[in-house]
Amino acid sequence: MNAPLLEVRDLKVEFKVGREGWAPWSPARRLKAVQEVSFTLAPGETLGIVGESGCGKSSLARALIGLNPIAGGSVKFAGRELAGLAETEWQALRADVQMIFQDPLSSLDPRMTIGDIIAEPLRWLRPGMAPAEIKAEVERVMTRVGLQPNVINRYPHEFSGGQCQRVGIARALIVKPKLIICDEPVSALDVSIQAQVINLLMDLQREDGLALIFIAHDLAVVRHISDRVLVMYLGRVMETADADTLFRASAHPYTRALLSAVPIPDPALERSKTVQILEGDLPSPIAPPSGCVFRSRCPHAIAACGVGVPKLERRGGSHAVACTLAEIDAAG
Amino acid sequence: MTDPHAHARSLPPEGARVGSGRPRAAASLLQVRNLNVRFATPEGEVAAVNDLSFDLAEGESLGIVGESGSGKSQTAFALMGLLAKNGRARGEVIYGGANLLALSEAELNRRRGSEIAMIYQDPMTALNPYLSVGDQLTEVLRFHKGMDRKAAFAESARMLDAVKIAEAKKRLGMYPHEFSGGMRQRVVIAMALLCRPKLLIADEPTTALDVTVQAQILRLLQELRRDFGTAVIMITHDLGVVAGVCDQVLVMYAGRVMEQGPAEALFARPSHPYTMGLLHAVPRMDHNHGSDQLATIPGNPPNLLALPPGCPFAPRCVERDAACLTPAPLTDFDEQRRRACHRPIEHLLRAETEGAA
Repeated sequence: MNAPLLEVRDLKVEFKVGREGWAPWSPARRLKAVQEVSFTLAPGETLGIVGESGCGKSSLARALIGLNPIAGGSVKFAGRELAGLAETEWQALRADVQMIFQDPLSSLDPRMTIGDIIAEPLRWLRPGMAPAEIKAEVERVMTRVGLQPNVINRYPHEFSGGQCQRVGIARALIVKPKLIICDEPVSALDVSIQAQVINLLMDLQREDGLALIFIAHDLAVVRHISDRVLVMYLGRVMETADADTLFRASAHPYTRALLSAVPIPDPALERSKTVQILEGDLPSPIAPPSGCVFRSRCPHAIAACGVGVPKLERRGGSHAVACTLAEIDAAG
Repeated sequence: MTDPHAHARSLPPEGARVGSGRPRAAASLLQVRNLNVRFATPEGEVAAVNDLSFDLAEGESLGIVGESGSGKSQTAFALMGLLAKNGRARGEVIYGGANLLALSEAELNRRRGSEIAMIYQDPMTALNPYLSVGDQLTEVLRFHKGMDRKAAFAESARMLDAVKIAEAKKRLGMYPHEFSGGMRQRVVIAMALLCRPKLLIADEPTTALDVTVQAQILRLLQELRRDFGTAVIMITHDLGVVAGVCDQVLVMYAGRVMEQGPAEALFARPSHPYTMGLLHAVPRMDHNHGSDQLATIPGNPPNLLALPPGCPFAPRCVERDAACLTPAPLTDFDEQRRRACHRPIEHLLRAETEGAA
């Protein structure tokens, strides 16, 4: 196995959210958005991260690219530690790690032409490049993502959502990154366009050996694109496995509930399947339940779940589960 | 424990009254005939919906599926008389013996919210952030049913209970921002159901929600449909939601109906290349696709201001030929199914099985 491209150990992301009392000397409250998340990513691999809103998947992604401060743990990119890195040192890494955002239109500056938007990373990261070279490079990536080079002088509002997302992908590709973090890249697109963008991402990955971190709430899309999947709930990893194992033989009650909730476009299957409805709402991340964070909504919770946070235990291969019940099962 | 639905069941059935004037179609609740929606824009007239016709029986559910710009939401707004100022609806929407499109604003207001209610996509913008949830719920009952404040509060609390919001009485004093997304959508559903409408129009009701919350809301809608006998028009782009909830399906593209029929037949044997394309383009969670390419529909949705002549889907259709330059009329081809396509259905089915093999 090759050396990992990205190695994350016990990553923590925290935000300050006001004080516990009214007085200025009362202690500050901390929202623990990501807690003790560990994973590795090999070059050319795709890691899917799934979970409901508020589970910390976007906070995690933003921490990897330096947009959120790392509160604890370690993130190593190609052997280099990112925690505690100064702002100026991040600059050098930006060429290797790029990001694609959810809303294709609002992530593009409406007053810049498509050509300028795509060229902007080059102007920052390769300051010595000649304008003609930049233009050739822009046209090359535009062709790669399926945009006609003759639209180079148009503005974002002249494009549909799918085309804007292609512009976002071209902007990420132009610096030849090793890793692209995709935060819900297709959830704002129509079904027919979504398939085009997914195919494009998979082609680019195959041809360039790109590694992808693919964050989405659509589990079917994640299954299709990912090699491995990380399931998160309230800032913690519940289960991780290769995509096929996770979708065929999930072991965590949360993963099972999540999978059963996805509607299948086939009336016979959809109406006969058992949906495991999770009662109630996501607890506040400021005051998560003690022990296993999922126990307040878990249909199988027992008293032991309140004692101590369950560890992510390996169950063979890359499959690992953080569940007290699974631990008891394995022991007994 | 009190049964949250006890009150609902104790109400007299209102079904007989609506259909009494038209014995010919006693079970029919809504008849839409040749609905056309046009918008006057500076760039010219936009035909958002063309010749849409369907029947909805009491308690039945209809799914309207399509991508952005297909006209599915404008259909809902036209039925509710909520089109933007530059919009105009023609045709007939027969509900309770009257054509809704010909009614005055005052007459519409008496029906909207009481007999026909709507759930919107974004539950935050559907609620007024300045008013407590209790004020917004009771307003519906005081306006439509003339209830006093106290009775309206009691009834609102009962309805919040019915949509499974815990501590309903306490929640009535709270404001929308104090609720989570899923809870807000429950409040919106409760508000829509307060007057026990006969028809509920849901415009992408679960699109803004997480899958687990979506599952809760869809189950809730199914239970309420069963308990209150409400007919539902579900507007969505999610074929999975339609598969789970709808009896009838209408597939729209660029303001036109591409095909319509019962859900099971339509999903099992789609008869239009667009429906086939849509069904193939969604990755399936119950399949392992491996690293295969997803089937795509090439190109982009059309500009409604510059529609191609003939079938609007033709430029993106793999099956198109010269005949597609003339419009394909929506024709019956089965007991309950209709399609708008020139290509013979046998040909499409053969191409599909060859493509899959």
